[in-house]
Amino acid sequence: MSLRIVVCVKYVPDATGDRHFADDLTLDREDVDGLLSELDEYAVEQALQIADEADDAEVTVLTVGPEDAKDALRKALSMGADKAVHVEDDDLHGTDAVGTSLVLARAVEKTGYDLVISGMASTDGAMGVVPALLAERLGVAQVTLLSEVAVEGGVVTGRRDGDTASERVEASLPAVVSVTDQSGEARYPSFKGIMAAKKKPVVSLDLGDLGLDAGEVGLGGAWTVVDSAVQRPARTAGTIVKDEGEGGKRLAEFLAGQKFI
Amino acid sequence: MAEVLVFVDHVDGAVRKPTLELLTLARRIGDPVAVVLGGGAGVAAGVLAEHGAVRVLAADAPEFAEFLVVPKVDALQAAVEVVSPVAVLLPSSAENKEIAARLAVRIGSGIITDATDLEAGEEGVVATQSAFAASFTTKSRVSRGAAVVTVKPNSAPVEAAPAAGVVEELVVVFSALARGTKVLSRTPRESTGRPELTEAAIVVSGGRGVNGADNFRVIEALADSLGAAVGASRAAVDAGWYPHTNQVGQTGKSVSPQLYIASGISGAIQHRAGMQTSKTIVAINKDAEAPIFDLVDYGVVGDLFNVVPQLTDEVTARKN
Repeated sequence: MSLRIVVCVKYVPDATGDRHFADDLTLDREDVDGLLSELDEYAVEQALQIADEADDAEVTVLTVGPEDAKDALRKALSMGADKAVHVEDDDLHGTDAVGTSLVLARAVEKTGYDLVISGMASTDGAMGVVPALLAERLGVAQVTLLSEVAVEGGVVTGRRDGDTASERVEASLPAVVSVTDQSGEARYPSFKGIMAAKKKPVVSLDLGDLGLDAGEVGLGGAWTVVDSAVQRPARTAGTIVKDEGEGGKRLAEFLAGQKFI
Repeated sequence: MAEVLVFVDHVDGAVRKPTLELLTLARRIGDPVAVVLGGGAGVAAGVLAEHGAVRVLAADAPEFAEFLVVPKVDALQAAVEVVSPVAVLLPSSAENKEIAARLAVRIGSGIITDATDLEAGEEGVVATQSAFAASFTTKSRVSRGAAVVTVKPNSAPVEAAPAAGVVEELVVVFSALARGTKVLSRTPRESTGRPELTEAAIVVSGGRGVNGADNFRVIEALADSLGAAVGASRAAVDAGWYPHTNQVGQTGKSVSPQLYIASGISGAIQHRAGMQTSKTIVAINKDAEAPIFDLVDYGVVGDLFNVVPQLTDEVTARKN
């Protein structure tokens, strides 16, 4: 029986670009380039490794986002995913994390899955809650924040490194997994992979296909409201000294003046 | 007065500092009701009462330790049903954010994570957050249900405010999924004797410029002289010089101490995302052009192997 793996990925603004908010206090996507979230590359990598280990597996990469988000899907396909699902709808603009988990859950169910994998967090919102939200929506186990993951005989096991302890955890499939940046380097797409990706199917779905109403998503359907977003004032220029043998002592004087010593 | 649930982070009843900070913030919104899961509620109750908890809801069951996340969600949901709070507050940590997320969906509430401040607003709790590597400050609120909010450590002072703190048993009926993810084994982290990274008042971090695992002793010595936690940049962690649990940045811990000292760290955006909200920032780097110098209150352009030991000696001398 085929192992159906769905990888949830996000198309995010490049963190090295000038990210800011639009007038409606959502992310302004106009002025900054987007890309596949680096943290989701680890999820694609682990999905491909799990698929390689399985007798028969299919890796579907899924994203919710505007037209440009297809770039994120293409990257994942060129790494080796088999097919892609793109949920795109103008009414999705401004959807919050809770709403995103609803859309993802419907899309995952429609696609069919045994295992859902995602990165530990997005590199823009960085909340780190979507995997848990998705597991709750789907009514399946969550096996999250793994630095090692393996699937065998319908059971997923992994290592979860927390603040106070490192845990070995396991759950039966179906399950939602998220992996950290410690799970293993993501592969680079090969030329062959890039060429092959052009021929792989990308299915587009809108809210109607998922049986969702516009009012359940978007800014209007969000369960949180951003009232204001203010750019932090630039820090006032600090004192910078060149070490000419007394740098440590001068720094100690500064720290003493600030009452840290 | 409205009640506010506060989820307690503790180890066998020893309450961690971010929970006490949370009680300070909770009192701005209503009467704090603490939720203590696992053993040690009796021990925890004393300190929770001293810091403003009017009630302490306690539940103990093996499920909390043996299975991941969901049993704690079940317990918080039970607490929400008992109390009907205006807000549910949790100290921000990876696990607590997951607990908050599942709870929010269950009780039909919006969720806000990593708040750095909370206030009572006309339309409910208003949370301050940092966005885009701390280059923006936002104010948000939950528009549906009780506000479920996780709050970053070091967001408020710990203040004593004695209250009754009556301990009551919380009855939890575990859901079908509570035993879904089993914890097969747990290896506690070895204690370094240093403060926990996200809670520390002072953090001393090393990066690529430290140039080797053994050289981190120089960073640790400065940290110990200041009673500080040790952090590391992703470059240092990826090179295997320091454990990932000490990583400061986008894919590691986000810290907001009173003082952050960056040594041999250039200040890539991913690192800045994890430390830019520190109150006072100091950097030591050979490269005068390093972007970290754009953030500093005080910077030393120089070799960290000269500057850091000299600073350590000076701190030690001044303290004695």
